[in-house]
Amino acid sequence: MATIAQAIRMALHYGEENLQLAHVFGEDVGLPLGGVFTATQGLKTAWNSPLDERGIIGAAIGLAMAGKRCVAEIQFCDYIFNAIDLLKLAGNTCWSTNGDWNLPMTVMTPVGSGIRGSLYHSHSFDAMMTHIPGWKIVIPSNPKDTYGLLISCLKELNPTMFLMPKAMMYLGGDELIPGEPASGLKALIDKPVDKAAAENWQPQWPPELTDYSVEIGKGKIVREGTDITVVSYGRTLPLCAKAADQLSQEGIKAEVIDLRSLWPYDWELISKSILKTQCVLYVNEDTEVTNFGEHLIRRTVDEFFYNLSAPPKLLAGAFIPGVGLAHSLEMASVPQLNNIVEAIRSVIASKV
Amino acid sequence: MTTVDSATLLKIHDLMVKNRLLEERLITMFKQNQGFFWIGGPGEEAFNIPLGLQVKKGHGLDYDYLHLHYRSSGILMAMGMDPMDAIRQMKNSALDPHSGGRNFAGHFSMRKWNVAPITSPIEVQYLVAIGTAIAQRDHGGTGITIVNGGDAGTAEGDFASCLVWASRPKQELPMLIIVTNNEWGISTSAKTQHGEKHIADRGNAFGIKTQVINGNDVNESFAAIQEAMHYVRTQRKPFLLEAKVSRLYGHSSASGGMFNPNEEDPLPLLQKKLIAANLLSAEAIETLRAKYEEELRLLADQVKTEPQPDPHSIYDFTYWQQQGKYW
Ligand SMILES: Cc1ncc(C[n+]2csc(CCOP(=O)(O)OP(=O)(O)O)c2C)c(N)n1
Repeated sequence: MATIAQAIRMALHYGEENLQLAHVFGEDVGLPLGGVFTATQGLKTAWNSPLDERGIIGAAIGLAMAGKRCVAEIQFCDYIFNAIDLLKLAGNTCWSTNGDWNLPMTVMTPVGSGIRGSLYHSHSFDAMMTHIPGWKIVIPSNPKDTYGLLISCLKELNPTMFLMPKAMMYLGGDELIPGEPASGLKALIDKPVDKAAAENWQPQWPPELTDYSVEIGKGKIVREGTDITVVSYGRTLPLCAKAADQLSQEGIKAEVIDLRSLWPYDWELISKSILKTQCVLYVNEDTEVTNFGEHLIRRTVDEFFYNLSAPPKLLAGAFIPGVGLAHSLEMASVPQLNNIVEAIRSVIASKV
Repeated sequence: MTTVDSATLLKIHDLMVKNRLLEERLITMFKQNQGFFWIGGPGEEAFNIPLGLQVKKGHGLDYDYLHLHYRSSGILMAMGMDPMDAIRQMKNSALDPHSGGRNFAGHFSMRKWNVAPITSPIEVQYLVAIGTAIAQRDHGGTGITIVNGGDAGTAEGDFASCLVWASRPKQELPMLIIVTNNEWGISTSAKTQHGEKHIADRGNAFGIKTQVINGNDVNESFAAIQEAMHYVRTQRKPFLLEAKVSRLYGHSSASGGMFNPNEEDPLPLLQKKLIAANLLSAEAIETLRAKYEEELRLLADQVKTEPQPDPHSIYDFTYWQQQGKYW
């Protein structure tokens, strides 16, 4: 099974061949490295940019203006903060020109904790990014969705932000990507570690890759249940699924939704589920104050106050300046499996 | 240095008068409460008009891309922009084609002519320009990317970024990088903030060809722009051109929009030369002035009859072709 990093590579390759993807660029994105997470290895349009995040986003905007589709990578979202006004610019260009210009461009960046990344390799970016109108924002939690969401980004006519949960980059899924060979993918598309073998290496792209897309704005129910709705995305999503599995042994039936798109987001799916379960827990790992989950709670309260039998809850990262390096610190700073299990129990316990 | 022929000089003069009167009309509109804010380029005409006249105007990679700042009305007027559209933007009319009443005066956008939207954050245009220049580098031909901005803004890292990206070895960008230096950033004198002799000198470190010119001299501007453009179009490499210009009405309406007699005015400078060369008479100049003044006054009257933007339209075009509330 492909990993998320391999899924990204294959989607970008498909884009190069079929969707006029003309530039994949960023720091260490081209040869020799192919990206710090290998997500751009072997791609014919990948190139290294100067170490300049503002320049990278600016260049992406300009390429989009010139009709050249591109994917620009910010090496870690921890380093995207100096480019926020460029992200705002991309997001306001269509609006500020009253519909004159549109910017088909994609920015991708690894987010979140989970690799013992300490202060500057553990940031989340969903809260900040969802404050910027004019973008479509996606965050997959498995390789198949990674492929499908990235293909959708490459077809979009608006700026798209592709957030990559970095702790999961090398994890496989349990479903094959359409066109993915059932085995042997690594030998085909991973650059050999051996220096001599890497020298003239060329990837052998699976020939049957398809247009498989996951519609932006559509979430997915990953566990069905009737007792509580749990909405998550990215690194915490599989933990929520695990928590649901664990609690099912106690008779608690949690419905887990993988939001997949943060903007637009699948409110219809969330609504239906809340009306069924009458309670909801939102889980993500960004810092908890002015967190995207707070918006979802606001909307939940606005629209479903009288349908709820328990206060809606948000489980998120602690509101602290960073994630500390030590294992004990990271575990205490961002939601882990046991926190999710407890949070689900506490919401269920508070049901009237 | 090439000398500008008489016909072109007269054309430049005509456009300079028209552009000056447009800016003065916009300032008057501000003072008459016919607009919330004015910012523009009076004092930069002797550089901006010759620039606009030499742009390869059109849509797509074979034509020039323009990444401008808020003092660039002269460039666009020389390219043929309808002054009424600048007046519409001043009045935030619903018919303002640049922003639909959403943005300040002087914040133009004309996709049909590769004019990227002018935006308020200083210096970001020097980054966006990198992208169109990369596309044009790959495309070949003679289309180039032109970017301009003021002197104070070059302290932003974005300016340095532009020089780095434009001069990557073997991947140089066909980019005309312009700084219009009026020696002010709102109220701050360049002398108090900049130790470099010329901003253009910063190009030397990157092997970028540079030139510093008197942007108040039409002949000098026209020739320098012509040479710089020829170089960028044919060599497909960047050129950094610094033009010393005037800021005739202060920074913006926020500083009063008052004429500053201490600044050199390029318009009478040119007019003296034209009169001395018997190309124009003082009377003809006055007639021209009166003609444009009247035309622009009528346009400013007409814009009052246009509708203001529909409040229901606030969500429109957050996304491409989207109308109405989108969530
Ligand atoms: C990033 C940013 N910082 C501050 C401002 C506020 N501001 C508007 S114009 C200006 C001065 C710009 O001076 P300069 O670059 O010399 O251009 P000029 O206005 O003199 O043509 C400032 C500080 C801004 N618009 N953008």
